[in-house]
Amino acid sequence: MLVRWSAAIAAAVLLSSPVLLQGARAADKLTDPQIAHIAYTAGVIDINAAKQALKKAKNKDVKAFAEDMVRDHEAVNKQALALVKKLNVTPEDNDTSKALSKQASDKLAELDKLNGAAFDKAYVANEVAYHKTVNGALETQLIPSASNAELKSLLQTGLKIFQGHEQHAEHVASELK
Amino acid sequence: MRLGRLSLIVIVFAATAVPAHTATIEITMQNLVISPAEVSAKVGDTITWINKDVFAHTATAKNGDFDVNLPPNKSATSVLKKAGTVDYYCRYHPNMKATLKIEP
Repeated sequence: MLVRWSAAIAAAVLLSSPVLLQGARAADKLTDPQIAHIAYTAGVIDINAAKQALKKAKNKDVKAFAEDMVRDHEAVNKQALALVKKLNVTPEDNDTSKALSKQASDKLAELDKLNGAAFDKAYVANEVAYHKTVNGALETQLIPSASNAELKSLLQTGLKIFQGHEQHAEHVASELK
Repeated sequence: MRLGRLSLIVIVFAATAVPAHTATIEITMQNLVISPAEVSAKVGDTITWINKDVFAHTATAKNGDFDVNLPPNKSATSVLKKAGTVDYYCRYHPNMKATLKIEP
């Protein structure tokens, strides 16, 4: 019974969008190598989503948004890789990264079934929700937990740019209605 | 003849003197902020746009007067041709906004 309950809770955690926050809370305190891994993974997820959108989206604003996502997230991740190399840190996989990746691949499969305007709408709606979740996690978990000053500063720059993405996604979403 | 040569010298001097009055103004984009946020300039002045971010930016005039692309860590220049108050922003990061006041 207990086992079944915890499985149900785990499933609920995975399905609800603030997976990042809950995953992070489950771990006592995130270490810098874990934070770097989560931040990098979160970037890769959004790049993959954008690449799917570049193939499938019809609306030009949606396409332009997806191009912005690829450009900015690749730039942040390039910085992140340069930083971990400089600090001689190996990003460490963890439950939060795993949960994020799982949720993202499910979302990719779900969106893959949609086409045209339905895809555009679903992609942008997910981008709004995703950036909200990631920004919340950055603000309340990742940035406060980061020990290294350079990592903290990179995460802060990331937060600033992703807040812009969230607003941009909200704007595109409102235009699609 | 003498007068003619003198006036020629005056003309040459006047022609070379004009660029000396124009200025080069630096506007920097760093950490998703444009600074200074407000700049006063004159027609003929050169703006040097400096992008210190790892992100690509643009300086795009709302009224369509200019649209400068700034790849990461690159700079570009443009010469101001028209007077007026121009609000501009980054097309990729529309939260980045600033104003150029261009006097005739």
